[in-house]
Amino acid sequence: MDAFSTHTGIGVPLRRNNVDTDQIIPAVYLKRVTRDGFADGLFAAWRNDPSFVLNRKPYDAGSVLVAGPDFGTGSSREHAVWALQNYGFRVVVSPRFGDIFRGNSGKAGLLAAQVDEKVVQRLWDLLESQPGTTVSVDLESRTIKAGEGVDAIEDSFDIDDYTRWRLLEGLDDIGITLSHEADIESYEARRSSFKPATL
Amino acid sequence: MLGQGSKTGKNERKGALMGKTLAEKVWDEHVVRSADGEPDLLYIDLHLIHEVTSPQAFDGLRLAGRGVRRPELTLATEDHNVPTLDWDKPIADPVSRTQVETLRRNAEEFGIRLHSLGDIDQGIVHIIGPQLGLTQPGLTIVCGDSHTSTHGAFGALAFGIGTSEVEHVLATQTLPQARPKTMAVTVNGVLPDGVTAKDLVLTLIAHTGTGGGQGYVVEYRGPAIEALSMEARMTVCNMSIEWGAKAGLIAPDQTTFDYLEGRKEAPKGEEWEAAVAYWKTLVTDDDAEFDEEIVLDASTMTPFVTWGTNPGQGVPLGASVPAPGDFEDATDQIAAQKALEYMGLDAGTPMRAIKVDTVFVGSCTNGRIEDLRTAASIIKGRRVAADTRLLVVPGSARVRLQAEDEGLDVIFKEAGAEWRGAGCSMCLGMNPDQLAPGERSASTSNRNFEGRQGKGGRTHLVSVPVATATAIRGTLSSPADLDTDGES
Repeated sequence: MDAFSTHTGIGVPLRRNNVDTDQIIPAVYLKRVTRDGFADGLFAAWRNDPSFVLNRKPYDAGSVLVAGPDFGTGSSREHAVWALQNYGFRVVVSPRFGDIFRGNSGKAGLLAAQVDEKVVQRLWDLLESQPGTTVSVDLESRTIKAGEGVDAIEDSFDIDDYTRWRLLEGLDDIGITLSHEADIESYEARRSSFKPATL
Repeated sequence: MLGQGSKTGKNERKGALMGKTLAEKVWDEHVVRSADGEPDLLYIDLHLIHEVTSPQAFDGLRLAGRGVRRPELTLATEDHNVPTLDWDKPIADPVSRTQVETLRRNAEEFGIRLHSLGDIDQGIVHIIGPQLGLTQPGLTIVCGDSHTSTHGAFGALAFGIGTSEVEHVLATQTLPQARPKTMAVTVNGVLPDGVTAKDLVLTLIAHTGTGGGQGYVVEYRGPAIEALSMEARMTVCNMSIEWGAKAGLIAPDQTTFDYLEGRKEAPKGEEWEAAVAYWKTLVTDDDAEFDEEIVLDASTMTPFVTWGTNPGQGVPLGASVPAPGDFEDATDQIAAQKALEYMGLDAGTPMRAIKVDTVFVGSCTNGRIEDLRTAASIIKGRRVAADTRLLVVPGSARVRLQAEDEGLDVIFKEAGAEWRGAGCSMCLGMNPDQLAPGERSASTSNRNFEGRQGKGGRTHLVSVPVATATAIRGTLSSPADLDTDGES
């Protein structure tokens, strides 16, 4: 995984709550066996609508998605994270994420930045009134910034310490765990014999 | 509709001497490593995999030159993307066929047991685990599927994971996990006749909203939960994710032990005795405290159906489609407005007046033998309505064979229903079983998201009795409505 420290890109206002992972990428797009090629499936149903935000310039070149609460609820499909990344998103901002989506983002290197709902409202207003405005995210200081002068928005975002550290360092989670192999072996040695085996 | 239940105050973190909840006992039993500032490293007892969320995980292993640490704690099946018609022939869609064949190749390469299409133990991953007796109390169970919470019905800590985590478990048999908070959902009273576990959980989700359980492992308890069969308990735990919970579990009891005893993969002889002795300790201690508690009264519940585009947007079958103005919160109002537009519904329409095109009985929520028996008992001697189709999809090959042994398939076919092969089918609309744009379904599955059952499809989540009565009458109905119709 590539390390993540800061990112600045065009902000995309997605004025919707409860964006479940079936909306992010419908099931019919989940048939590929690779981690790429999912960009076409991103928000597939909504993208049929010419007025959908990603069908309008300059939002179509956006890389910071700003969504309402409960983004990424529902299905565990990590394809939702890959679809966002394949399209070009590096950051998703929301007041609340589905647990599995947030976990998947941290593993795959997409920054899920949790902010106060008021910050999302202000970002939506700014990004809609001034299309093409960039949003800057600094993972080290956990801050998000957008706009200038009287419209400027600067606030902090939440991300758990461990995920932040792993993203900053670009660490492979499995590598970290395998460094604790002795602990795993000692646990295995004391597992109950009545636990089931498939082979 | 939202008046049910009450929340108690939040407790402070408990002291070291206090008792533990069931979830805490199972969690603590699986901690391989614990360090300040890091998530706990949990050991995983059973890893279930399927064709859709595993190929990239196996690719990752190959890229890193890693193997599967414990193939004997891993089980694979084909369920999400398999046809339910012509399932004994090669899969027609080449992309789907590649995905299924990829799983077969990966299972072979890494030495993992796979139940392929045509195998007697093939079926929806959350149906076959319990059916085989692999799902047992006190285990940690994960799967790249959010409805893994189903297995919590046995007192297992079971939750859905993403593909990167699937790779992690394959490589290490462990998973780093932040310790969740605990919640009790206590359901008192007795469910009235005709009101099912599905109605119970839909009522709960309407009460909490889709995010109400976020960050919590939930224990369902109380007399109404204890009275449920194992299969009904699975229906409740299955939908934990629909209100955002990390996992949902139920303390194992005699019902659990009776279900498991004698199953193919359940412990035998002395090991059975040892297992049951351990399982009996898997209850929340009297002096344990939950971080949160919700109390519901089962005796006030009625058949419950959704009107909107998330599982929290539900009302009793006897109610009407709500208006956006009925909701206090501004975001709920906007969500309701959008949902009504998508669903093509007008506020104030009685739910019973809603005409349904397709009825789907199946899925990991309601695709077990008891569900099919219930549906068959209602439809026996009756007919599916002229403009309605009823799709009955058993959750597993064994469920299908059991149903056929009991003659249920004949009852369904005589009533004009379609009897299919096992799989996830129309629950997620990945295989050819999909709704057409604008088509309306009553579905025993778990999600009514926009386009979930097919692009532009409109889904009402319902119980098995409501689904069956709806298929007969063509409008959202309960079996009680059939009696009023004066039919035999």
